[in-house]
Amino acid sequence: MGDEGQQKPTGPDPKRDHAFKIELVALIPHLRAFARTLTGDPTAADDLAQDAMMKAWDARNSFQMGTNMKAWTFMILRNQFYSEKRRSWRQSQLDQEAAERTLVAVDDPEAPVALDELRMGLAMLPAEQREALILVGAGGFAYEEAAAICNCAVGTVKSRVSRARRALQGILQRGDYERDGAAAGEAMGTILADAERLSTVR
Amino acid sequence: MIEQKAMKQPPKRPAALDEARLRQQAIGVKLRQMFDDVVNEPVPDEFLDILRRADERPPEGD
Repeated sequence: MGDEGQQKPTGPDPKRDHAFKIELVALIPHLRAFARTLTGDPTAADDLAQDAMMKAWDARNSFQMGTNMKAWTFMILRNQFYSEKRRSWRQSQLDQEAAERTLVAVDDPEAPVALDELRMGLAMLPAEQREALILVGAGGFAYEEAAAICNCAVGTVKSRVSRARRALQGILQRGDYERDGAAAGEAMGTILADAERLSTVR
Repeated sequence: MIEQKAMKQPPKRPAALDEARLRQQAIGVKLRQMFDDVVNEPVPDEFLDILRRADERPPEGD
């Protein structure tokens, strides 16, 4: 901390670039995962993740080594997503069609059905609730970090996460998501059984 | 096609609270699994190719 805080862009620094790049490459899988939850579409997600990766690379001199690069890159990715969306993407949040494509793209015969239903449920949440829940509940970010990424107050993130959790639970219990042939209300039971199994395995 | 809103819930009793907590934990586990499934996918070569090409370009502000 401190020492390099005010550094100016003083020409190429191969050693620093190299260290930056190693860290950035390690974050690519996480950027892809976050992008997938934002777009709901694997192809669009990878485009978004690549754009964010390049923006991060181009802005590397403004990043302070030693600080949280994951949060920094997630913020870049999120900004990229919303600015593109404002510009050209359709206004609807992750729609049912995109959710279906995600399901098809995952295409893992072993994947438990409940995971599909969770994706469907997530797709029904308002975008800001979904991203807050993903960042905190899956991305491993503290509320403070999620707030920085979403450019909002910590309290806002907390309330979005808790509303998202409640809503998601309600959706899964009632089987509100549109899905042919699935018995309503069964999703939660499957999730519970599955989660129990998973948590004992880990 | 059920059209009701997700927000209205009956008042909770302690037993229901316990169950709610359990359900939340379960959702949390699945949520992480869903995210980690993508994290654990192999990264398409394209990503590293793009980065490699970018390496030859100077950073912004030069």
